[in-house]
Amino acid sequence: MKKPTIKSIPYEEFTDNETLENMVRELNRNGAGVFVGTIDDIINWGRSNSFWPLTFATSCCGIEFMALGAARYDMARFGFEVARASPRQADIILVCGTITHKMAPVLKRLYDQMPDPKYVVAVGGCAVSGGPFKKSYHVVNGVDQFLSVDVYIPGCPPRPEAFYYGLMQLQRKVKAEKFFGGVNRKEDNV
Amino acid sequence: MNEIIEIPLETFHEEMLKLRYEKQMDYLVNLIGMDWGDRLGVIYQLESTVTGEQVVVKTATTDREIPELPSVSDLWKAANFKEREVYDFFGIRFINHPDMRRLYLRNDWVGYPLRKDDDPFDERNPLRMDNETTVDSTVELELNPDGTVSNKESFIFEDREYVVNIGPQHPATHGVLRFRVSLEGETIRKIDANCGYIHRGIEKMSESLTYPQILALTDRLDYLGAHQNRHALCMCIENALGVEVSERVQYIRTIMDELQRINSHLLFYSCLCMDLGALTAFFYGFRDREKIVDIFEETCGGRLIMNYNTIGGVQADVHPDFVRKVKEFIVHLRGIIHEYHNVFTGNIIATQRMKGVGVLTREDAISFGATGGTGRASGWPCDVRKRKPYAAYGHVNFKEIVYQEGDCFARYMVRMEEIMESMKIIEQLIDNIPEGNYQEKLKPVIRLPEGSYQASVEGSRGEFGIFIESRGDKSPYRLHLRSTGLPLVSLVETITCGAKIADLITIGGTLDYVVPDIDR
Repeated sequence: MKKPTIKSIPYEEFTDNETLENMVRELNRNGAGVFVGTIDDIINWGRSNSFWPLTFATSCCGIEFMALGAARYDMARFGFEVARASPRQADIILVCGTITHKMAPVLKRLYDQMPDPKYVVAVGGCAVSGGPFKKSYHVVNGVDQFLSVDVYIPGCPPRPEAFYYGLMQLQRKVKAEKFFGGVNRKEDNV
Repeated sequence: MNEIIEIPLETFHEEMLKLRYEKQMDYLVNLIGMDWGDRLGVIYQLESTVTGEQVVVKTATTDREIPELPSVSDLWKAANFKEREVYDFFGIRFINHPDMRRLYLRNDWVGYPLRKDDDPFDERNPLRMDNETTVDSTVELELNPDGTVSNKESFIFEDREYVVNIGPQHPATHGVLRFRVSLEGETIRKIDANCGYIHRGIEKMSESLTYPQILALTDRLDYLGAHQNRHALCMCIENALGVEVSERVQYIRTIMDELQRINSHLLFYSCLCMDLGALTAFFYGFRDREKIVDIFEETCGGRLIMNYNTIGGVQADVHPDFVRKVKEFIVHLRGIIHEYHNVFTGNIIATQRMKGVGVLTREDAISFGATGGTGRASGWPCDVRKRKPYAAYGHVNFKEIVYQEGDCFARYMVRMEEIMESMKIIEQLIDNIPEGNYQEKLKPVIRLPEGSYQASVEGSRGEFGIFIESRGDKSPYRLHLRSTGLPLVSLVETITCGAKIADLITIGGTLDYVVPDIDR
């Protein structure tokens, strides 16, 4: 049998944070007034460092999400530790696990109940594309079919480090947004 | 597997009655819906807890339009949910079953996905984004004296009942399970469990996958028993092929299974305590669980989903540090487990919330087929490792933990003591792993000879069984997985009625079900 070669993601891309930071800085500076720009920066600093995730997990990835909350990986260091059981108090929804046809309307309803601005992170192969269950009759092939996803975290399940990388990307995304003004604002997902 | 005895439809219920009471077949291990092409039917695996005898029977109907079979839910309580599952997947209606609703799929699902003449992928069932309407009434099929069948509508909840919805998005249901609870004040009067929010159709998928491909799906059933699930499937296929795996593999598999059990029980402890408000305990449990996860990661490459067992062996030999790390871990856990008991077991709030709550009698445990820690807490010695020793369990010495009380506290203590027993098993094996191959040479394409095969292992939360019917192809004709969690969910109603609503959380926590395993 022929053995397939698996191409890894280039490691440089993970370690190169500077390019991304510069990009964020440039996006924020463009055309912003001194006063409004500063307030924007402060608000975004606060927003990006205190995501309140909804405790939403359907399967395996949920256990890794719990590991994230425990002492070893300790998501409190990044400000994600206030996991809310009610969608009304949550900022982000981490879709951890397979979404089936029966679950899809429930997830949509939870998402609709969250206050704006809200973000969606698709965690794990199932939420990204259907994963190993892509060919099943009862599995939604990726939550992006009915939600607008901000960050995709691949893996089955993703390692806690991958969770962090994904959530830090989301932090950058939030920092690049403007709370005031019309440019580069978080759009309502309808 | 035992020979399957066919009972004709006309005398089926009398014969089952005889098996149940005259031959004392009180444990319904499995109830498997089948589509043999021309006929639709059901296979029943029965076992006696008195004599240990096992019987496999089947019955079938040739009517594919309105298939009807007599229900056995009056003989075994486990049949209640299992027959609903068969109705859901095959459309077989059971006469005299009290509640003929779909179990997993949506109420408005068209067709029966596991039938061979039904294609669930067509346009009849698109992704429906409207909320599912919950029905409060159900249909019961009654057999009239003249042989005709009439539908009788019965109500699950009356109009004036106060019904609270719990789930599917609720942190204490351990996944996406939905309960509808009818309350009188704080007291639970009735519970309706609603499954299927994570039903992925693994059984149907397996019918179009080759055997090595199916292995990948078993890890994702009960992810806290990944090694054990995969062990069961590998064992079943190896038995069917007549492949003998080396002693080394048997030892490695046993050690991995037991590590997985400790891992699962630590997580059980963490989650139960967190549900009851003890957050420190959660950190304790996860602290030590990470050490097992590290051991797994070194050898298997995965933290949660290991993909380690293969047909005829294991994926890779154990890591050179494996033995040392496992020994270190056992010393560590033995030295620290008293902390767990200090912080939670003797706690006055914990004991008052657990002692005498949710009592499951021995008869009910057997009738529901609630194996694992739940059954053993009710005084039913049901450990597969003792009943039918497999892998290296025949060589080791360990005690089967059995409690008689059947309440939440007994279920909790069974699992805490099983951690100690698992460590004992590992200690007996870890120094004596024999030399040998870690993988037997097999043909590149695996075809199982025609026939039915069955294997079961003791999973982290009960008996996990595999049933394969093969017609000599690369993929099975039918693969059924005996879920460890489905009996546990089906008995929730029995043990919570009359309890307080807050006790539902304790009962759910100590039953320790994993929802993706229930829904499959």
